[in-house]
Amino acid sequence: MKRTETYLLNMGPQHPSTHGVLQVKLTLDGERIQRAEPVLGYLHRGIEKLLESRTYVQGLPYTDRLDYISSMNNNFGFARAVEELARLEVPRRAEFIRVIMAELNRINSHLIGIGTLANDLGASTGMLCCFRDREYILDIFNEVCGARQTFHYIRIGGVSGEFTDKARALTESFLARVPRFLAEYDKLLTGNEIFRRRIVGISPMTPEEALALNMTGPNLRATGVARDLRKIDAYSVYGEFDFDIPVGTHGDNWDRYIVKLREIKESARIIRQALDKMPEGAIMAKVPRVLKPPAGEVYSRTEGTRGELGFYLVSDGTPKPYRVHIRRPSFVNMQGLDLMCRGMLIGDSVSAYSSIDPIMGEVDC
Amino acid sequence: MELKDRVPECLRNNVAIVKLDELFRWAHANSIWPLSSGLACCAIEMMSTATARFDLARFGYEVFRPCPRQADLLIVAGTLTYKMTPPLIRLYEEMPEPKYVIAMGSCAIAGGPFADSYSVVEGVDQVLPVDVYIPGCPPRPEALIDGMLKLREKILHPERAMTECACLAQEAERK
Repeated sequence: MKRTETYLLNMGPQHPSTHGVLQVKLTLDGERIQRAEPVLGYLHRGIEKLLESRTYVQGLPYTDRLDYISSMNNNFGFARAVEELARLEVPRRAEFIRVIMAELNRINSHLIGIGTLANDLGASTGMLCCFRDREYILDIFNEVCGARQTFHYIRIGGVSGEFTDKARALTESFLARVPRFLAEYDKLLTGNEIFRRRIVGISPMTPEEALALNMTGPNLRATGVARDLRKIDAYSVYGEFDFDIPVGTHGDNWDRYIVKLREIKESARIIRQALDKMPEGAIMAKVPRVLKPPAGEVYSRTEGTRGELGFYLVSDGTPKPYRVHIRRPSFVNMQGLDLMCRGMLIGDSVSAYSSIDPIMGEVDC
Repeated sequence: MELKDRVPECLRNNVAIVKLDELFRWAHANSIWPLSSGLACCAIEMMSTATARFDLARFGYEVFRPCPRQADLLIVAGTLTYKMTPPLIRLYEEMPEPKYVIAMGSCAIAGGPFADSYSVVEGVDQVLPVDVYIPGCPPRPEALIDGMLKLREKILHPERAMTECACLAQEAERK
């Protein structure tokens, strides 16, 4: 009598795909995956605990290193949480600059997401193109705050530096580039038969499954649920802009890719409107030198690049937070990995990781 | 009669006489193959360095290998945690000799902003021998290129790469 048995394959923590120190234990039946179990903690740096021994202002740079590709969005989330806790009013001009920076960073992050997806499927040229276009965004960040990756630009109460005329000119020229490079990706990747075959219909997910796993961000929107905190919560000045929420239909790798591409277009629309509507004025509120928020707790959420980014802060009236908890979207989205990989081939597991687009700094925290 | 005089006249322009060691070092220093192993934030800057704008290929160092058996440079780009230490040491041990280690960024140098965390190793030099330290959080791609050129110097002229102790001793002697 023929007998088959499953076997275990270790992917990682060092593996050829571009996704950091993630280890996945694959239980295989032949080449089909029965179960994919992510093993986390290889980059656990104890950020939540460290934040308890830092003041609120000192804690802000740590959020840069959470999801290190979308540092601006993390700064934004943490600054908003502290402002809510300390009841600070942010100047209107600062809010506009923050929105521009957050959306630029969203484009940056999605470019890396698309680039690494292409790279993991063997299309290195796709990655080179995405990294090339990303440099134009980094030039803008470099102009406003002098850093390329860990910015610490969005501060508690405003932003640290003026949005200069040069930064505006760089942003304008970047916006002019957006349609051009999107057209190039369409030629290079979207219409590429090999690329399509590798991701169309692979790792599909229904809206019910995605909601049950509490997935957010592009991963949820790819399944067809139009949930975006920028729309339904309209925090900061997002309520004043006109933009759409791209959604997919099947929730497969293809939809996750297409949603990211279309979100780049929508983010560019928001930046365009924000540049036109930006008022003059101060960029920093009056923040006391020693920030002592009144005792209490707050949960503040923003739409990070990978989904709902929430900061839960508990203050006991001292300059340091009593407890910080971070709802990291990558971590929650990783729950979907097992479901996405089941029944797929080993090679497709790599495209599943890539299309979830987790950042291990955020997953492990 | 010197060795170079024994080369026939017609070949003089085409033949170089060197020591085998030097020839090997020259080749090695100009085509370092780094291991594509990123730990955290610095890995993104490492990837940027290899792409079009900074173009590490100008120096011959762009051949990032995912397999340690084919690599001779380990760039530790990011925070090293206690959990990641055994796999990293294993990666280093799997690399063939001669091999080099670059500590990229404050975390790899001394734990960086996470130095007082319960799970972070305070510097990769506690577990691996480091050749070049590149400060920054994260270092800019130019800094990584500079670090790799320093490593090139070290490979080409191993006699110049003195340990800090030797340098200090020499300085003391001079005084």
